[in-house]
Formats: sequence, C-alpha cells, structure tokens
Amino acid sequence: MATTTLARALTDGLRAAMERDPKVLVMGEDVGRLGGVFRITDGLQKDFGEQRVLDTPLSESGIIGAAVGLAVRGFRPVCEIQFDGFVFPGYDQIVSQLAKLRYRTQGAVPVPVVVRIPFGGGIGAVEHHSESPESLFAHVAGLKVVACSNPADAHWMIQQAIVSDDPVIFFEPKRRYWEKGEVDVGATTLESAFPLHASRVVRPGSTLTVATYGPMVKTCLDAATAAVEDGHDLEVIDLRSLSPLDLGPVAASVRRTGRLVVVAEAPAESSVTAEVAARVQQECFFSLEAPVLRVTGFDTPYPPSRLEDAYLPDLDRVLDAVDRALAW
Amino acid sequence: MEQPQAWVPTDPRARPSRDQVVKGLKGVDEGGPELVQLLTPEGERVPDERFDRHVADVTVEELKALYRDLVLVRRADREGNALQRQGELGIWVPLLGQEAAQVGSGRALRPTDMAFPSYREHGVAWCRGIDPTELLGIFRGTDHGGWDFVGRRFHPYTIVIGNQCLNAAGYAMGQRFESRVGDPDTGEATICYFGDGATSQGDVHEGFVWAAAYDAPLVFFCQNNQWAISVPLDRQTRVPLYQRARGYGFPGVRVDGNDVLACLAVTRWALEECRTGNGPVLVEAFTYRMDSHTTSDDATRYRLADEVELWKLKDPIERVRVHLSRRHGVEPDFFEGVDAEADELGERLRAFCRAMPQPDPERMFSEVYAAASPQVDAQRAEYLAYHASFVDEEG
Repeated sequence: MATTTLARALTDGLRAAMERDPKVLVMGEDVGRLGGVFRITDGLQKDFGEQRVLDTPLSESGIIGAAVGLAVRGFRPVCEIQFDGFVFPGYDQIVSQLAKLRYRTQGAVPVPVVVRIPFGGGIGAVEHHSESPESLFAHVAGLKVVACSNPADAHWMIQQAIVSDDPVIFFEPKRRYWEKGEVDVGATTLESAFPLHASRVVRPGSTLTVATYGPMVKTCLDAATAAVEDGHDLEVIDLRSLSPLDLGPVAASVRRTGRLVVVAEAPAESSVTAEVAARVQQECFFSLEAPVLRVTGFDTPYPPSRLEDAYLPDLDRVLDAVDRALAW
Repeated sequence: MEQPQAWVPTDPRARPSRDQVVKGLKGVDEGGPELVQLLTPEGERVPDERFDRHVADVTVEELKALYRDLVLVRRADREGNALQRQGELGIWVPLLGQEAAQVGSGRALRPTDMAFPSYREHGVAWCRGIDPTELLGIFRGTDHGGWDFVGRRFHPYTIVIGNQCLNAAGYAMGQRFESRVGDPDTGEATICYFGDGATSQGDVHEGFVWAAAYDAPLVFFCQNNQWAISVPLDRQTRVPLYQRARGYGFPGVRVDGNDVLACLAVTRWALEECRTGNGPVLVEAFTYRMDSHTTSDDATRYRLADEVELWKLKDPIERVRVHLSRRHGVEPDFFEGVDAEADELGERLRAFCRAMPQPDPERMFSEVYAAASPQVDAQRAEYLAYHASFVDEEG
C-alpha cells in the first residue's frame, strides 16, 4: 500500500502502461516538456522520449484524428484533452471516427484510443474549464465512458482503459487531483484489479441509496457521514462506468432501501443521471417507496466561478434530497 | 491625396476570365501555367523536364494496362449509376471524369503504402485490388464497407468531409515512428484523398499542420473537380489549391487530373519524396466532375451544359486511346477486347448486386464494442426474440 494523490496515481498508472506495452503513446497539448497543465504526465517524456510522449500542435481535432490514424497503424494512443470545455473541436473525430470505425469495419479495424479529460468544477476557473460533458459521450454508441473518483481507481482504471480494445473516454475529477488515498501496488495486478466497467458500493447502508460518480463521490460520502447524526444510514454507490452502466448493484441496493438519489455535477436534462433514474424505475418499480430524485448542476451553462458553489451539488443539497425522498 | 488601391487577389484560376464570361462559361477549364501535363487532350505526349523521369519506364503494355483500368473503372461507375436508377442501390457516388486522377495515383502506390479515401475513390479501390462488387454494400445499404481494409491497405470510405486527412496524418506519423521512412526502395508512404470542397474543412488544415510538424510521409491528393455539390471552387479559395501547401511548408503541385500518365508521374514523385523523408506533399489533380455529386443530386440546377461540354473535350480515356493508336499503332482489336471485358464486368456487377442478400438483423448489433456491452447485448436478445415472433406467425 502506498498513499498518494489521485494525480500521482494517474501518472504512475500511465507509466506502468507505457512500460508494459511499447505501442502505448501519450499525446496532447503540453504533456511532454511541461508534464501537462495538471502535471499528470510529469516526467514521462523524459523517460520515454518524444516519440512516445508527444507535445502535439494545439489542435484537438488533430489530437483525436491523428490518434485514430495511429491506432489504425497499431499504436495505443492515450490522448489528453487539456480541459473538459476544449474537447468539442475533437468531438467530430470522436463521434464520427473513433466511435464507429470498429462497427464500420465489423471488427477489422479496432481503435483502442483513450481520451483523458479532466472534468468538473470547483476550482474557480474561467469559462470552459469546469464542465461535465460526460453525457454527450455516454450517448454515443461505440464509446466507453468511465470516471474515476479516488487514487486507487485512478491508478488501475487508467491502465484498464489503455488495454481495452474499445475507445474509452476517461474522465478525471480535476478538483480531486490533489486528494490522497491508498493505492495497492503490491498484491493487486491489472488482472486482479476491480473491473473497469463495474459500479461499486463504497459505503454500505440501509436507509437510502445514493448513486454517483467522479468528484461527487466524495461529496456523497461526506453527506452520508453527516446523515448519521440524523439517524440515516446511506448506501453510496460509485458508478465508475458511465457507459456501459453497471446498474446491478444499484438495483440490488434499491430493492433493499426502496429509495434512490442520483447525484452528479452535470446538468440534469438527457444525462447519465436521467438514464440511471429511468432504468432503475423500470427495474425496481415495485420496490420504490419514493420517486428517484436527482441532485445535479442546473440546466444552465456553467456559471461564473463566484457562483459555482451554488451551482454545484454540495453536502446540503444531497441531504435535502435525502430528506425529501425519506419524507415521501 | 492618393487613394490606396483596393487589393485584388492574383489570378485565382477559380474565377472565369473575361473571355470565358463572354463565351458563356462560368467555370474554369484551364489549369494555369504550372499545370503538369504529359498527355494532351489530343493524345500528344509532351515533354516535362521535372516529371518525365518518373514514367520513363512505362512501356506500351503498361500504358495499355492503364487504359484498361480507366475503361473498366468507368464502366463500374456507370453500372453503379444505372443500378441506382433501377432501384438496386440507394445511392451512387459517380466518379465520371476523374478516372485518370484515381488510376494514375492509385497505380503509383505500392502494396505496402496506405491509402485513405473519401467516398468517391472507386478507381483507387480498383488499383488496390478491390473488386467493384465489394463497394456495392455501402450504396445498397448492406454494410459500411466490405473489403479487406488492413490487407489491401485501403481504409474504409470516410463520408464526413475531411476527417480522413487527420487519420491519414496519424497513420503516416506511425510509419515514421516505426522507422519505415528513409529508403526509396523499402520506405512506406500514405496517400489521402479529398476534394476541393474539403479544403475548407478544419480537419484538412489540421492535417496539413500535423503532417508538416511530424514530417509525415503523407501525400495529400486533392481531386479538384471544381464543384462541391453545387458550390464552385471560388467559394472555397482565393488561390489555386496547390499553392496553399507553401503556407504549410511543403511542396504543392498541380497536375492535369485528366491525364493518367501525368498523375502517375506526379504521384510517384510525391510518394518518393515521402518515402525518403521529404514529406508531406500536396498534389492537386485538376479535373472535373462530369456527373452530379451523387445520384440524389441534379447538376443542371447549378451549372451550364456548356461547361460540361468543354470538359468532354478533355476526356481522360479518349486521349490515351488516341495516343495508343496513333503513336504506338495499337490495333482496334485491343480496344474491342477491353470493351468486351467492360461488358462482362458490367454484367457481373449487375448480377452480383441483384443477388445481394438482406443483412440479418443480428448484424445491427455486431461489433459495436470489442468487449461485451450489457446494454447492447440485452437489446439484441430482446429484439431478436421480438423479430422471431413475427417470423413464427408468418411461417
């Protein structure tokens, strides 16, 4: 066991993946000499060289489009998009090529590309630096979408995403980069690590189920701790994989608790939280004691950062939803 | 005080000259003084100091083979058009008029080179050893491409305009990273096809930037057929397209896209530049889309018949036929033989197309992901059971 930050766990995971497979490339804006604006790729270019850690032109469509071509050639590119709001110039390549090449060629041309995206708010940034666009990717067939929430998951999930033969959009909770946690780099191996596309109960409980992912996992765990004072024992589930969703553990939990609150920073409309709500009510209709409630960002553009504390779901808004669900 | 003169772009060759306006011609049929041409529309071989050496080894037999390619590719294209008109295909994307650009460049490739087409490159596909029957699925709606993409080194057709230029840049970067560049004999290169309309897309610009930044062995092969559906070239550019390359720091050449020999020579040169590490290169094949954009389009709504008539005089096949018979004494029986072969190809294509089976509904769910997806798997099971319930009722 080693205690490390989420950021450092990602760096170590990337390093392990690059050591394991010489076809793994890291590419993006400022990822080489600088080590990335969040320093996630710190030291990699020094150790692996400029042909494996590429400081690319400032061109997001180029990053994805070239990564697709490199993957066709047999490489496993890991792209870094500098901030969530900058992915859209590359969205066309992601949707039109990355997501569909396998299907178009019926498996003959796999494109094992990972696109890392630091996402979410809470860092006081200017516009386009705090968004949560994961639902825009979860909606696209052919992509897999995951979000890590803690250092141990960050370490193993990035490696699992890289060995995946499917394209993976990998969301990193940027405001949790500096949170510390334990990572088992001794006994755990890539093969024995918790599966990439599985959700996990991170806090067992009996009163009500909270399903969440990414930066909101910590918020929900804090809310669960606070709820104990009110006599509520919340079960918190980290969804981890947003496409495909692994709702088995959520459904099993809801069958016990009868109540579900889904929490995410992203806006509510047509979102991952909407998908969870729709599917759980379909799956657990007769077990539900209350409607599935959601705590999300608002259906507005991300506000100026002085307002982000109001925009982002926090402990109190989660507890408020818990109270409403329990009072139903 | 003297008024500054309004800036006027220098000869863009994308606007009609005064004379052309007087003649009633909207479009352009002259490639300008820098156009590389080895065979005139009248079938005369004209010398070219720079590019002759790249086709010095082309024998009469090889010229005849190129002629055969051109005729068969055109026949396959016309059959595709006819099959759409008969309701056998949902759509066809004609290449009529662009046979020389595609065969000349396609025959310059080696098996180890990689090609990224757009969606009109049936002639390049032919040169990669892909049977025209393998193209039909896309247009009949039975698949999204049915050839051996990896083995033939011919990427799937890319329909979103310009996307493939970045994919090709990445692939060519890979060739360089794998040290397959440097030796003219064993070196590899990539070629990327796109049209004049695509040059307005960001991905094509970014492709130029990336290929230049990484010295990628990539030939950008732009078939300037003068029209992006209904929009003429002067809405895409102020300067001749080949001159854009200079701004990115690599050479650009304009070749007569209706001259198969010149296209072969220029593409061989461009590929050699790339193989030896001097890539990328832009080739603009100056040609003309003789038919509509697709079978769903009606070109008579936006361009004059006179323009098409003018380009008919520059036909890519006729000039080779004239050259072969006048300069090399090739007898009529050769041409008759090729025509007979084209008839056979047409018949084979028609028969194949009509016999193409309806894809199984299971195909819809296949290869969305490499690993299992519970969501897609559940939908497959549910739909197939639903589908089977109707089959039972009918059966």
